[in-house]
Amino acid sequence: MSVPVVELAGINTVFGREYVHRDLSLVIGEGQVVGLLGGSGSGKTTLLREMLGLLRPAAGSVRLFGVDLQEPDQVLQRNVRRRLGMLFQHGALFSALSVFDNIAFPLRELKCLDEDWISRLVHLKLAMVELDASHGKLMPAELSGGMFKRVALARALALEPELLLLDEPTAGLDPDRSQNFVDLIGALQRELGLTIVMVTHDLQTLAGLASHVAVLAEQRIIAFGPKDQVMTVDHPFVTGFFGADRRKLL
Amino acid sequence: MSSIPSLQVESGKVVLAGQWTLAAMLPRLTDLQLALKDAASVPNRIWDLTALARLDSAAAVLLWRSWGNCWPEGLVISDLHRQVLERVADLPREMPPPPMRPFRVPEFLGGLLLKALSNLHGLIALFGQLLLDMAHLLRSPKEMPWKEFTANLYKSGAQAMPVTALVGFLIGVTISYLSALQLKNFGADLFIINILGISIIRELGPVLVAVLVAGRSGSAMTAQIGVMRVTEEIDALSTMGISRSLRVVLPKILGLTAAMPLIVLWASGVALFGGMLAAMLQLDLSLIYFLDNLPRAVPVANLLIGLGKGLVFGFVIALIACYFGLRVKPNTESLSANTTSAVVTAITTVILVDALFAVFTRHVGVPQL
Repeated sequence: MSVPVVELAGINTVFGREYVHRDLSLVIGEGQVVGLLGGSGSGKTTLLREMLGLLRPAAGSVRLFGVDLQEPDQVLQRNVRRRLGMLFQHGALFSALSVFDNIAFPLRELKCLDEDWISRLVHLKLAMVELDASHGKLMPAELSGGMFKRVALARALALEPELLLLDEPTAGLDPDRSQNFVDLIGALQRELGLTIVMVTHDLQTLAGLASHVAVLAEQRIIAFGPKDQVMTVDHPFVTGFFGADRRKLL
Repeated sequence: MSSIPSLQVESGKVVLAGQWTLAAMLPRLTDLQLALKDAASVPNRIWDLTALARLDSAAAVLLWRSWGNCWPEGLVISDLHRQVLERVADLPREMPPPPMRPFRVPEFLGGLLLKALSNLHGLIALFGQLLLDMAHLLRSPKEMPWKEFTANLYKSGAQAMPVTALVGFLIGVTISYLSALQLKNFGADLFIINILGISIIRELGPVLVAVLVAGRSGSAMTAQIGVMRVTEEIDALSTMGISRSLRVVLPKILGLTAAMPLIVLWASGVALFGGMLAAMLQLDLSLIYFLDNLPRAVPVANLLIGLGKGLVFGFVIALIACYFGLRVKPNTESLSANTTSAVVTAITTVILVDALFAVFTRHVGVPQL
């Protein structure tokens, strides 16, 4: 059994006096595509931010690839972060940099790759997300919604991550484009062997991509397992969320 | 299974094993590059890549480059990893280099001139729009955005009082102190009133306040309109049928134009007070005497010129700030560049206009002895 990619143990998150997570635990193994479900305000994005180390839980530990995120060793910390990529909900592309420079940015920050290498990698990533090399010259403001997400995905993949975190990957895309984007992520996942954790509200995205589902309710993970198993769980949130579509997804 | 990327040459065969990923390669990148170069320099070698645990695209690019951008003769590799290499092989050989234009001085200067002309054109267009809006307001006074106007008056006027007072007071004290040192040498103590009165009321008050206000309110206006552009709030206003110039630009310009003379009056007053205090301590000139002689030494025309300057400066600063705010493109770089341009242009223009004032009012308000 290899080391789990993500390991959350006894997480407590407190905002003011309110508990968002209470004694929450979750273990995600290599190659799993986990959809994180939960009602509005149940702390899904907060949990994602804790996995990224952007937010520190009040109690409990977050381990990525077996390394605790509160590990004081800076080098170890940095190496762990280089193994994960994040696709933010609104893309978070650097608006002052062109598409090419956006994707090249994390590679240049390594300070040990030469320009030819970087340029080839950027073009490779652009091809991976099915964009033309000529799109590299565009500025983020000139991109359409779908292209914006693709560029953001290409940047998230720039450092060859093993773990990809997606926050609402298909929010703001029309059904057709969102299906394309889901197919694209799915194909990349199979090819690169990525582990994916995603927050989504969209049933289509979940059905098309996730192998596992984790349900966040009552401040903890009430169900985690393969998609078809979780859907049969008898809990008001699960039955409410999947509702009549339960059949369709199976 | 070792996770470290390794390369071994065994009897004419190159064996790659381990994790060939960016993260794993980074600590020993130079060694690996050298080893690869060495291994590839001997032709007709068999490359055995079957023992690879992982091969990511960064490593694939590295391999492809050391093979001289073509497939080696004898390559043993799993299908999965061959796919990764094929992606790299499919890339166009020559990347189009980014177009670089050589730097030429005439071109650069011409570009600057054209930019200045286009800015001037834009400013005149905005001014024209403003006049049209005013004409429209005269016909239908109900549409006057009073709330925004008073809010701007408060923000750029009332809230600027403490800082202008502080700076004015200190400048007043400094000028009075330095002048007093010189005047004492000539026994011309009484002229401190003329020096302070004319310089502060006519020149320093308006210019000082203009510089402060350009940095304080001008930059705020540019940034605010700029962010409204970035977040498409300006477009939202237009879709509701609300004129952006009438609702956003006009109240700002009118507000600052109305507020500036008032701040100039306030700051000049405080500066004079500071000067009076310093003169009292340095030259034993009583406050009463100073105030009695001030109107005689400084004709009232100077005050009117000072206030007039404040009015014009306020208008210029707000017009320039709004113009650059509307020019912001939806990215962070453009926002900062335009805010900088707004403040720099506003201060430069204020000083230019001040020089014009000095030339055209040279016969007014100067006491003849």
